[in-house]
Amino acid sequence: MAGFVRHRRSKRIIATFSGFEADLLRSLAAQLVELLRNEAAIPTESTDPLAELFADFSGPTTLPEDPVLARLFPNAYREDGEAAAEFRRFTESSLRDGKARAAGAIIDGLEEAGLPSEPTDEELTIDVELDLEAAEVWMRALTDLRLALGTRLEVEEGDEDYWYSLPDDDPRGQAHHIYEWLGYLQETLIQALGG
Amino acid sequence: MVTVTTASPVTADPDVEEDLTPDEVTLTDTPWVTVVWNDPVNLMSYVTYVFQKYFGYSKKKAEKLMLEVHEDGRSVVSNGSREEMERDVQAMHEYGLWATLSKSE
Repeated sequence: MAGFVRHRRSKRIIATFSGFEADLLRSLAAQLVELLRNEAAIPTESTDPLAELFADFSGPTTLPEDPVLARLFPNAYREDGEAAAEFRRFTESSLRDGKARAAGAIIDGLEEAGLPSEPTDEELTIDVELDLEAAEVWMRALTDLRLALGTRLEVEEGDEDYWYSLPDDDPRGQAHHIYEWLGYLQETLIQALGG
Repeated sequence: MVTVTTASPVTADPDVEEDLTPDEVTLTDTPWVTVVWNDPVNLMSYVTYVFQKYFGYSKKKAEKLMLEVHEDGRSVVSNGSREEMERDVQAMHEYGLWATLSKSE
């Protein structure tokens, strides 16, 4: 596939996915939405009954246990735990919502472009057309997907040789292949946006 | 090497007394900074794009900051009040960049 390009006349940003690619992208986005929504954002082991009572009105205060979530929502203060907790209380919930909405926009965009719930037609292609605003949302969501996959795989700088040395049927190698594909999509999207 | 003089001034030089040291000026004006840290996932082109888009920096400045992040492991990308830096850090997290704020050194 050719990734994203900017249509000269309409200025819209377009990409054509195979049914398989579109289905894969939707599945990754759906997994991210599930992670963002399901992993408890509010700590339950609070010992202060008053704090528990008000828990619904505020946000979480501790770094998420899941490494992907910890990467998506890092501590804003490195050396001040109290300030980091306060920052998190007021920002993490809305950051989670924003990221879940962005991943949801990918799912909706693919389905509006004709991706059925269970694609069976091998000839199926999905043409996605994005205005600049939607393209930015996709760009942020692709970043989060890469961060999620990269964190799970424990990707490091300059470790390409390791990944390429894995046998073709290694599931981690296959996942890394998807990670690189997302990077390619991201790169073409940034270029299409004029970056 | 420090030269010790025997003559100690009775009255202090008024110019010196009035002057604030550069450090004091910096601390008064811009006491907080936003720092972006290197990570092995985000693309160089993406980090540059975010610096241009969010901070309104020129491509040249955005690339310079991106290279600092990439090569030095971190870069100070903005400075201002604590509230402003919290906004910037939140925006960087929205973009998936690893950012923190701290008092200006």
